[in-house]
Amino acid sequence: MKAIVNISLKAGVLDSQGKAVHHALDSLHFEGVNDVRVGKQIVLQLSENDKDKAMAEVTKMCEEILANTVIEDYEIELV
Amino acid sequence: MKVSILQFPGTNCDYDTQYAFERLGAQTEIIWHKSETIPEETNLLVVAGGFSYGDYLRSGAIAKFSPVMKAVIAYANDGGKVLGICNGFQILTEAGLLPGALKRNDGLHFLSKHHRLKVENTDNDFLKKLQGGDIVNIPIAHHDGNYFIDPKGLEELYANKQILLTYCDENGSVKNPNGSIDSIAGICNTTKNVFGLMPHPERAMETMLGSDDGVKMLQGFLES
Repeated sequence: MKAIVNISLKAGVLDSQGKAVHHALDSLHFEGVNDVRVGKQIVLQLSENDKDKAMAEVTKMCEEILANTVIEDYEIELV
Repeated sequence: MKVSILQFPGTNCDYDTQYAFERLGAQTEIIWHKSETIPEETNLLVVAGGFSYGDYLRSGAIAKFSPVMKAVIAYANDGGKVLGICNGFQILTEAGLLPGALKRNDGLHFLSKHHRLKVENTDNDFLKKLQGGDIVNIPIAHHDGNYFIDPKGLEELYANKQILLTYCDENGSVKNPNGSIDSIAGICNTTKNVFGLMPHPERAMETMLGSDDGVKMLQGFLES
């Protein structure tokens, strides 16, 4: 099973990179972009095939190391 | 006085820190991160600056799981004095020994220059040789120095006088190089035995190199 973890700064925490990308899009005249957030994606190949167990394990990984929950949110997708 | 200095793969301020404390008359020892203990006679443990583990994932995120960190946390919880400089500050926040987190600088650039800092609270071992309102000239060198803490945490920092230093200009007016909340450059924990700051006092030990304001700062630890 594969786990895709998306990590981004929490809402309310200023995302300077997102802001810079937004400015760049504006200067290239891409209109209608209301907000840009830049995050990172971590893809894990797991030997676990049970979805619930995999979700519990990856959640633990996120809480302990993959994300810093003081400033970051994470989303886990299992495929 | 014995100062133990942590060294991770990627630490690069270990020898500067050693030089600074030896110049002040302390005995020093460099502790490799694989060590599971720190010397018993340690009076001050310094987590030196650099780029531990290449700053992969997040600055300090991987270093916090190094074997030596269990001993560091036990030492700090036992009342031992710990100082984290730059990457050391990032490691101490990641390890939960100091509140908040360090984000990418608002301007997205790596900053390397001298910067003025205002001394905020001096009722602690680190800054006791300085006066509140003093302005010191100390180098900064970081990419992720943008201090963040939630509003409740910030209130606690003020209430417990945990803010050590803020960024300012020559006259002491606020000048924020990296976007840190309330221009915070350094903090301590509530029990005032764990200290962290982004600027490098160990690089301000000689007037011929721009400033010796770091001497008064680090001396605080050597005098009881």
